[in-house]
Amino acid sequence: MNPATRYSATAISLHWMTAGLVLITFPLGVYMHGLALSPLKLQLISYHKWLGVTIFLLTVARLAWRATHTPPPLPETIPLWQQRVAHGVHLLLYLLLFAIPLSGWLMSSAKGFPVVYLGLVQLPDLVGKDKVLGELLTEVHEMLNFGLLALVGMHAAAALKHHFIERDATLRRMLPRI
Amino acid sequence: MKKLLILPLLLAGAIGSAHAVEFNQVQLNSSMMTFAYKQMGVPLEGKFRKFTAQLTFDPARINAAQAKLEVDLASIDTGSGEGDDEVAGKLWFNTKAYPAARFVSGSVKALGGNRYETSGKLTIKGRTLDVAAPFAFRQEGKIGIFDGAFTLKRLDYAIGEGLWADVGTVADEVRIVFHIVTNAAAPIKK
Repeated sequence: MNPATRYSATAISLHWMTAGLVLITFPLGVYMHGLALSPLKLQLISYHKWLGVTIFLLTVARLAWRATHTPPPLPETIPLWQQRVAHGVHLLLYLLLFAIPLSGWLMSSAKGFPVVYLGLVQLPDLVGKDKVLGELLTEVHEMLNFGLLALVGMHAAAALKHHFIERDATLRRMLPRI
Repeated sequence: MKKLLILPLLLAGAIGSAHAVEFNQVQLNSSMMTFAYKQMGVPLEGKFRKFTAQLTFDPARINAAQAKLEVDLASIDTGSGEGDDEVAGKLWFNTKAYPAARFVSGSVKALGGNRYETSGKLTIKGRTLDVAAPFAFRQEGKIGIFDGAFTLKRLDYAIGEGLWADVGTVADEVRIVFHIVTNAAAPIKK
């Protein structure tokens, strides 16, 4: 049996949903953080948290997919060291997509503002109210996001380089069939 | 003539309630004034760090019960410094013009068991409205403990005006929860 040349429809959907949500959630976080306290700010903070929980759930689903499937191989023309770097970047991306929402959830608990997903489901508080811990987690959340920004930049730049410069099948593995 | 008839009754009453104690020495350090509300569907709590209370309560003579509470609104703790600053402002409590919320009891009625209800006037931000707050009273030796709560609508008192009047973000209903610990008064001989 030949290995698949593309990711499964499930994996492709999960990947692009995550990408879309990250592209909304990240700038939303930066924007709302700079706003003065207002009803709009409180609404945006809630939406940001809901988006974050959604990314967290998608990531759990993706990790489950990844644990039970073998991804399609990279083109053989790619040097081994680049394949290894790509693999490392993917691992770190999974890690951050899991850790960033988690740090936001912890931060909400520590600040005493629990997360109520979609205004319906209250998530349990993972830590008690603690001002110092809340401030620390805010910094951790920010730092992890700068890490994500750098990794997503590398990930997207590499995908585009393979598609438009090397013209190999790397990106097509993750594109839906049209 | 009537007075003479009442006198033995009063004496009998005094003997009958020989164990009744009047609680009027409020212990502010062990008392608490907290509030609960919802913001974007998220249940949140806060408290007031400073308030004063003068109350007189004898479970055997609730008709004579009286309570007067004053809450220092600038002592609010919403859970964030940004929130505390915001609610002190003009659109919320406007603490510069209206530093305190005041409750003055009118009457107390027994609800059965250790439960009672006080009705009175609550003044916040220059607006006075009738409120009723049920509470439980329990006596532990020389200490009397009042635990009660009631819900007010913040917009009735113009708490959160202008853009904050949107109750979809910060709910209109605010539950006030009080825990007041008092010591029994030294008996006064007349």
